[in-house]
Amino acid sequence: MASVPHIAVVGGGSTGAGVARDLAMRGFDVTLVEQGNLTHGTTGRMHGLLHSGGRYAVADQASARECIEENRVLRDIASHCVEETGGLFVKRPEDSEEYFQEKLRGCEACDIPVDVVSGAEAREMEPHLAPDVEKAIAVPDAAIDPFRLVVANAASAQEHGARVETHSTVTDLLVEDGEVVGLEVEHDSGPGKHVHGKEGGTEEIRADHVVNATGAWAGRIGDMAGVDVAVRPSKGVMTVMNVRQVDTVVNRCRPKGDADIVVPHETTAILGTTDVEVDDPEDYPEEQWEVDEMIDTLSELVPMLAEARTVRSFWGVRPLYEPPDVASDDPTDITRDFFLLDHADRDDVPGLTTVVGGKLTTYRMMAESVADHVCERFGVDADCRTADVPLPGSEEFSVLRDYMDEFGLRSPVGRRSVERLGSRADDVLDTDEPNPVVCECEGVTRAEIRDAVEQSGSDLNAVRIRTRASMGNCQGGFCAHRMASELHGDGGYDEPTARRALDDLLQERWKGQRHALWGEQLSQAMLNYALHATTQNRDADPADGGDVDFTAFDSGPDAARTDGGNRGD
Amino acid sequence: MAIDSDVLVIGGGLAGLTSALAAARAGADTRLVSYKQSTLRHASGLVDVLGYTPDGDGPLVDPFDAIPDLPEAHPYRTVGTEMVREALALFDDAVPHYRGSHTDANALVPTHGGTVKPTARYPVGASAGVASDDRDALLVGFEALADFDAPQAAAHLDAAGVPFDVRGATIRFPGDLRADAKITRYAKLLDADSRVPVDGRDQSVRAALAERVRAELDGEERVGFPAILGDDDAAGVREALADALGAAVFEVPMGPPSLPGLRLEDALFDALDSAGASIETGNPVVDYDGGDRIERVSVEKNGARIPYAADQYVLATGGLVGKGVESDRDAVYEPIFDCHVAHAGDRYDWFEDDAFGDHAFPQFGVATDDSLRPEEADGSTEFPNLRAAGSVLGGYDFAAEKSGGGVSLATGYAAGRAAAEETR
Repeated sequence: MASVPHIAVVGGGSTGAGVARDLAMRGFDVTLVEQGNLTHGTTGRMHGLLHSGGRYAVADQASARECIEENRVLRDIASHCVEETGGLFVKRPEDSEEYFQEKLRGCEACDIPVDVVSGAEAREMEPHLAPDVEKAIAVPDAAIDPFRLVVANAASAQEHGARVETHSTVTDLLVEDGEVVGLEVEHDSGPGKHVHGKEGGTEEIRADHVVNATGAWAGRIGDMAGVDVAVRPSKGVMTVMNVRQVDTVVNRCRPKGDADIVVPHETTAILGTTDVEVDDPEDYPEEQWEVDEMIDTLSELVPMLAEARTVRSFWGVRPLYEPPDVASDDPTDITRDFFLLDHADRDDVPGLTTVVGGKLTTYRMMAESVADHVCERFGVDADCRTADVPLPGSEEFSVLRDYMDEFGLRSPVGRRSVERLGSRADDVLDTDEPNPVVCECEGVTRAEIRDAVEQSGSDLNAVRIRTRASMGNCQGGFCAHRMASELHGDGGYDEPTARRALDDLLQERWKGQRHALWGEQLSQAMLNYALHATTQNRDADPADGGDVDFTAFDSGPDAARTDGGNRGD
Repeated sequence: MAIDSDVLVIGGGLAGLTSALAAARAGADTRLVSYKQSTLRHASGLVDVLGYTPDGDGPLVDPFDAIPDLPEAHPYRTVGTEMVREALALFDDAVPHYRGSHTDANALVPTHGGTVKPTARYPVGASAGVASDDRDALLVGFEALADFDAPQAAAHLDAAGVPFDVRGATIRFPGDLRADAKITRYAKLLDADSRVPVDGRDQSVRAALAERVRAELDGEERVGFPAILGDDDAAGVREALADALGAAVFEVPMGPPSLPGLRLEDALFDALDSAGASIETGNPVVDYDGGDRIERVSVEKNGARIPYAADQYVLATGGLVGKGVESDRDAVYEPIFDCHVAHAGDRYDWFEDDAFGDHAFPQFGVATDDSLRPEEADGSTEFPNLRAAGSVLGGYDFAAEKSGGGVSLATGYAAGRAAAEETR
């Protein structure tokens, strides 16, 4: 082969990062572009469930089989991203016995290991389950950190030579003689903006093939090449609780419905979700009834949720897709299967492949099929190895206990750091510098923040998703400014950059909290507001503009000039 | 048989303490009950009167000038400018380690994030740091103290246009403190001037610290530290460092837990003690008895409800942070007396989409008549013998205006004094 084919992958979610990794491992020259942070679109806005397949075992058995297969793979290759919580499908008295049996048979048919447990046994596992829960099906659901997963995929792609550009928006596809030959990209960086690897400006990226892995945004990329990709975005809300009311994934055992799952996630539990078709993946209403429904309906399963503290809510959009001839009315009827659209065959526009549908649990399988397709297109004979080669951080997860000993990390802070970092723990934590805790709620130390800054640049939201700093109870109230400080000085960024990054982080943290502003969290929000506005004057900072006539203000009592010690207290 | 007093103040923050002090000094038999630690430990220790107008104009040079133009519902309008001045006079008398009384002008005090903010009263420990003082400054931070990044704060002050040169340096605090040592640990070491191991030999911590700072000093006439310079002997710590450095020494106020806030609380408790008021902390007031008038309140102690009776009551339980104002998904309320708190029915109208937008929630609180007595929705008086002070009051946004300390002082003073007068 004369030269290595260059593949441009659009979309830095799980699928795009997975495609980039797979192609890079198979020897392609890969560039990944993402308009925001990694996970910015759908991947970073899900409840973190690694499906066992149980959810689909009645209505969509093809998806169910894929889920259990990939569930096993990810426990293996992404061990530092997975918490093996197990899952329960619980039956309340009003839920039908017939469906319970159907679910059981479906799981068995799809090779999903199950156990039927009594209500008492289920409450032994999860003491806060409602007293009238009758019985449950135990399945191998798990919790997965989508941020860590995507970052690990992107890091692996980079290790195999890929270029990863975040904050880079595709403004057009280059089409020559009816063939897609590359992208036009606007890099959101440069003077006055955050620096994210590539300086600001427009860039033409010529490629031998373009992969459209933009999920709910796939139609927009398709439009740029004149092909129709009819994605049907469907929004869903997730409400974050301040503690883990459950340690097992708790599903409601009944046919499709809103508000039927609680997923333990790190220090929180996440309630989900709704399923409402929307027109625009970026602009849709985020409504109070959705939040209320999560709390009201899921407290039927876990009663204490009714009075528990929520810290924020966020919405995600599913990139649902169904072939043009199906035409479902209800988004919950649309298959969760994925589709690979070869636009050469389909639309007579070569050079472009779109992948849509699917779900996080099967991202690797989707990536494999895209990479297989690209290999076939270029006549490359290379096997997929992504199911066998662990992701960075997961190489030797069994050594976790050794790290704990080595660094004396018996404290909860250290344990959590090592769990987050997996096999990268010694690279990151082995520092001669003092390593204070920066984020107390989530137990994130300075070394981890600095490592994340090295990986992701000055964007504190990117630091946040890598470390969980600012994602706990206080929602950044006590730690956001400390995170910004890590950008300055050794972080390599100047003061205005750190200040802007702080403002962006505060705004992002505010956005989700708006949907949890009552009770304890409103009290917390007021405290945060007071800390940032009163104590720091962050809302009226003279450095952000406006000349101050310093001479008009108090320059201190005279005593201060002559008596440095200034007795008096 | 209830525990009796003339005036019962509920709440131990700045407003409650001031209120009790005013009542006690006016000759009333005064008792203060408060639950948990006051929010002063969260506060910087600065006492702001008014830094910005509700429209965002500022920083204001003269806060007193702007008070008459505030909206009518603002607590300052209720009590009037003269009452603000009288309250500050009481404060200046009761808390001698504060400065700012020599002028009506606000001071611009550097914050730990590197901004400056307008304030009316500041601890003497912060006074050499004011931003209108044109002496060059060195800021010193400590490696393990993540709350204060001195080089960043210095660069930030420079960006704000301060009229002096400012540099930041980060050093290691002498001795082997853990990376997560609490700030009280630093303060106690400095208070006691303990011996700490430095390069294999024991040395006084004040001397060792000064030595490390001297190595960074380049002719600056003043040196700023994060606010950890001692608790019981803060003045002694500053003096020792200043002597050793040949420069003025100041503290930069920080977030919680705030030593200047705790020192202020101590000073006010001392003043209250001297004035003869009794103070009980650690148990919440949970309910009241009475019809038109409040007859008694119940304090919950170890599960039992102890009655406390008084002629006059002051509600100084704080705002949303102090839990003097609470909320659920449907409503905002005052939990002890169920005083009316105005709020929109839809909780999505309680906030704006910008983090620092013109939010409704900071203004949640009770509305009062001219004598600070809470009013019902129809404008009638809730109880003739109940007054409210501080953050439990509605109608102002202390965070945006930088007015929290001043409103607490002024309304606390006015409520305490009025309550005492009624008992005569």
